[in-house]
Amino acid sequence: MIQGNHTLKLSGLEPLVITPEINFVNIGERTNVTGSKKFAKLILDGKFDEALEVALDQVRGGAQILDVCMDEGMLDGEAAMVKYLNLIASEPEISRIPIMIDSSKWKIILAGLKCIQGKGIVNSISLKNGEEEFLSQARIIKRFGAAVVVMAFDEKGQADTYQRRIDICKRSYDLLTQKIGFNKGDIIFDPNIFPVATGMDEHRKNAIDFFNATTWIKQNLPGAKISGGVSNVSFSFRGNNPVREAMHASFLYHAIKHGMDMGIVNPTMLEVYDDIPKDLLERVEDVLFDRREDATERMLEFAETVKSKGKKEVINEAWRSDPVEKRIEHALVKGIIDFIIDDTEEARQKYNSPLKVIEGPLMDGMNVVGDLFGEGKMFLPQVVKSARVMKKAVAYLEPFMPKAGDLNYNESQSKIKKILLATVKGDVHDIGKNIVGVVLACNSYQIIDLGVMVDAQKIIDEAIKNQVDIIGLSGLITPSLDEMVYVAEEMQKNGLQIPLLIGGATTSRIHTAVKIDPVYSGIVMHVQDASKSVPIAGESISEETRDSYKQKIKETYQALREGHEAKQQVKQMVAYADAKKNPADLDWTNYTPIKPNVEGRQVIEDLDLALLREYIDWTPFFSTWMLTGKYPKILEDKIVGGEATKLYNDANRMLDQIIAHKWIKAKAVLGIYPVLRDGEDVHILNGDGMPTEYTFHFLRQQGKKGNNVPNRSLVDYIHPKEKDYLGAFAVTAGLGIENKLREFQDVGDDYNDIMLKALADRLAEAGAEYLHTKVRKEFWGYSPDEKLANDELIREAYKGIRPAPGYPACPEHSEKVTIFKLLRAEDADMELTESYAMLPTSSVSGFYFGHPESKYFGLGKIGEDQVEDYAKRKRVSKEQAERWLSPNLAYTPTKTPVIQ
Amino acid sequence: MNNRTALLLQTFKKKIMILDGAMGTMIQRHKLTEADFRTASLKDHPKSLKGNNDLLSLSRPDIIEQIHAAYFDAGADIVETNTFSSTSIAQEDYDLAGLAYELNIASAQIAKKVAMAYSQKNPDKPRFIAGAIGPTNRTASISPDVNDPGFRAITFDQLAEAYREQVKGLLDGGVDILLVETIFDTLNAKAAIYAILEVYEERGLPLAPEEGGIPIMISGTITDASGRTLSGQTTEAFLISLSHAPLLSIGLNCALGAKELRPYLKVLSEKAPFYISAYPNAGLPNEFGQYDQDDMEMASQVEVFLKEGLINVLGGCCGTTPDHIRALAKVAEKYSPRKLYVEKDLIEE
Repeated sequence: MIQGNHTLKLSGLEPLVITPEINFVNIGERTNVTGSKKFAKLILDGKFDEALEVALDQVRGGAQILDVCMDEGMLDGEAAMVKYLNLIASEPEISRIPIMIDSSKWKIILAGLKCIQGKGIVNSISLKNGEEEFLSQARIIKRFGAAVVVMAFDEKGQADTYQRRIDICKRSYDLLTQKIGFNKGDIIFDPNIFPVATGMDEHRKNAIDFFNATTWIKQNLPGAKISGGVSNVSFSFRGNNPVREAMHASFLYHAIKHGMDMGIVNPTMLEVYDDIPKDLLERVEDVLFDRREDATERMLEFAETVKSKGKKEVINEAWRSDPVEKRIEHALVKGIIDFIIDDTEEARQKYNSPLKVIEGPLMDGMNVVGDLFGEGKMFLPQVVKSARVMKKAVAYLEPFMPKAGDLNYNESQSKIKKILLATVKGDVHDIGKNIVGVVLACNSYQIIDLGVMVDAQKIIDEAIKNQVDIIGLSGLITPSLDEMVYVAEEMQKNGLQIPLLIGGATTSRIHTAVKIDPVYSGIVMHVQDASKSVPIAGESISEETRDSYKQKIKETYQALREGHEAKQQVKQMVAYADAKKNPADLDWTNYTPIKPNVEGRQVIEDLDLALLREYIDWTPFFSTWMLTGKYPKILEDKIVGGEATKLYNDANRMLDQIIAHKWIKAKAVLGIYPVLRDGEDVHILNGDGMPTEYTFHFLRQQGKKGNNVPNRSLVDYIHPKEKDYLGAFAVTAGLGIENKLREFQDVGDDYNDIMLKALADRLAEAGAEYLHTKVRKEFWGYSPDEKLANDELIREAYKGIRPAPGYPACPEHSEKVTIFKLLRAEDADMELTESYAMLPTSSVSGFYFGHPESKYFGLGKIGEDQVEDYAKRKRVSKEQAERWLSPNLAYTPTKTPVIQ
Repeated sequence: MNNRTALLLQTFKKKIMILDGAMGTMIQRHKLTEADFRTASLKDHPKSLKGNNDLLSLSRPDIIEQIHAAYFDAGADIVETNTFSSTSIAQEDYDLAGLAYELNIASAQIAKKVAMAYSQKNPDKPRFIAGAIGPTNRTASISPDVNDPGFRAITFDQLAEAYREQVKGLLDGGVDILLVETIFDTLNAKAAIYAILEVYEERGLPLAPEEGGIPIMISGTITDASGRTLSGQTTEAFLISLSHAPLLSIGLNCALGAKELRPYLKVLSEKAPFYISAYPNAGLPNEFGQYDQDDMEMASQVEVFLKEGLINVLGGCCGTTPDHIRALAKVAEKYSPRKLYVEKDLIEE
């Protein structure tokens, strides 16, 4: 659709169209030397590469616009702006989003405008120095095609009253639109957010004046947008974060309601509006809206008391007096399981048919859940809880359902669509698949879940038997990609046309397009994450959309394939021989390999889970639940913070249980061995210093690198000539988990099922972290005095690394076989599947490298020359190596036996 | 209002406008030698000039005239001036930076002469000329040195300066349209637009075509099936980045054939408040780098998006000849031009 020209349309490499449906646009503000001490230091020190990481973090953290400011007395602002923006242009992940060029110096703004190809925003200009300068600057900005932030500032100074704000904004707007025809939608006003509760009478109306000015501008200056820096408002409460966070949340809540479109907000300094304690909120809003004569005094008094007070939970039971349909909906939306049996029974009597209860109030309630999830108003953990309530209700109704032969049996053959889900053969990971199942179930699909390690024949047989409408395949490890291709081929051979959905961490749109789509003539669709599964399933099934959807998808994948081929030709690669000549050049002259205190292998029978708990990295736990953000900041996140906190509390309650009742057991085996490097391989030596049957094979980056940037391989971290040491480990935290999982599954409790698996995964990772610490300090002992807190461990501040096969530095999974054999991992009750997935599922295995300069890296794409060499070294066929390495191949293998 | 602009706008409303085809392909047919590229004053120029096609407007204006005429004969409504590389930056390769203004004015005059002759012959089919503004051979937002991603071989200011000179030459030579084309780096195009707007303002020319300004057409290049420009922008981002100018049209040319271009034309057609142009290559290059799609095949591929009503301006880029243009003109006759979307907001203004 063509949006009206009052719509603010911005671009980096990709468009950002700010439609009225977009509630609020968050501007990343850490790339601002005046706002971030860390960033300022990096720029002043000339560390532009690291400064680029800051921008990347902002983008990954969800910033939709990037504010760049170089206004610093000690800096050549123009040169720094140009250099930084040019570097950003070379990073597609950053330059994807529009840039806000932020400076009080016109020269810097101009220099910045000359570096951005997209449509950015200038921040800011104003009438400070009169109309002539204002208009000439605006005219030039228009010629560059940028939007502009206009400060409410004129010849007399900053606007500090309602009247001054609207007068200056109106005057600016009229000048811009009437004198030089500036596009109305490209004007963004900053009507000055000033502190409140400062004790000075003239500041009492600062917030309310901002709100009212915002409303007035939106009503009277068509097209104009509103922006501002929120943290100013709480300036007088510096040092009292609970109060500041509450003020920011409340201010933002009301500002958005009054029409604020975008702003600079530090997400870690924001409370969830609904979670602000009532008494605090009342005082905050008294101040913001200047509702009482003594508002400031009361706020100050209260501020003293809230510094460290926890939040209270209020339980409201009023909903219990609603009609039964409303009660069921409420229970589903809120995930309250306590009354659902009673309510379902009441509904069954009222409707006189169990099926009508399911298709009526229960489905209606789940539709509300599905809608809220689709609108981003509910988050995954809540949806999973809703599904638990639903399942319990359905399970209660089941005995009442008509059986085959009953009079009403046909009625129960309802029109509900069926989706078959399976984790493919050789793979055991199913958290993602289960989440997709829950989300789809919330949207009125019946899920037939075949579990893990399901072979192609069974998938096809069950699909035919149950007349399913969609088949969904899931997998986490690389070899599963081939298995999915195989399933698709078999489906084709069996003449199926059932839409096929592909999902899981290892899958990608491009793999689906290049490898799976061509072998199956039905719809094949990659599903990025669980939330995308609903619309995709809907379109694939609906008779109205199916055909056009299929055509669209097939065309999209065709284009992707062609683009993929075209891209392969232009990739910047170096020959493997040249890559080997450019290794990571470690300092071996001042480093002698350190002999470990404990050489050889040791089994650790029972790892203390209470101890491991302290080593948990929580961030990935939240991302399992599709909540993005770093722990602990995520608990305070303005959008997901509330849910994240609940989830975190539930997780800790379960951890208490796991530990107290020994639900699972953790074991490990590890060893540190003398080794000798042999080219790109490393041989494990025996006690006599002779090579054993165990050899590890490493892979080297082949991307074209800049000056002094090596083409890394893990082998570079082993001494090139002399005897060195290498460690290996395997740790699991999933022993005995099945019993508890079965208990949960029997009662349809997906929430606790997923929770326990996710926690076991975290404990296994924590086990790896803990053992690594032990290795560094004791077993190997090269860092005996290391003292690192958990967050430092997570940031990998230690010396040495522990890369794991299947992960970026060594993505090839079959090396696990050697690790497992070498360590005799069966002694820790661990084994590998035919696709090299570890059992139990919650396990980690990898290497220890001790050289202080060893670093994690990503292998990236590799060439045919290296694959041939690797195949030779591993004594397998080239085709085999290509299958193992398929996500890393920079070329399309000439023979791909899996595709006819 | 400028009569030519008024006439142009009327014609745009009525039909799908036909643009000419490749200049280079036609020049190659003449099997020219070094001598053909040398004017009297360049007799002793130390660098080889063969291949500097824009120079032919001075040394062999007869050939350029013939090519324009051949395209008008084939049914083109608009021909492009022979100025794709007539900036001081592109001419620098031949040490002829100083010749830029002269090249532009001469090329525009040749094209204008032919166009006026054809218009007089058949006043029912007025002919127009578009001043071709190429991307130059440097990129403002990509570093040519992989080891130094912050480096730039050209700055915005240098580009804008060179474009300013070209625009002045084209306007002085009498072009009806300015066509910024084959945009692989949007920042280069922004510099061209910046220069155009600056020259218009200096000369007191109206900006918007409706007010009689010399219309501006924009044509980007999607490099491959990734759907992005060489500098990495998606089609929609490209559109947004250049929508600040009062464009007559925006569209795509070069790099891809008609079939491959269609999805991106669709994006433009859905989102752009301007007319839409397309002048694809004669298919994708074969293994020898030649374009071998024939006129009928190209016309049948183009027909697909004509049917969908995506297009207002149609022509050819690399590998296309008067035969292609004739076939395109013929098929385009059967279809109506895309309706220009009129926004409510625009009416209010």
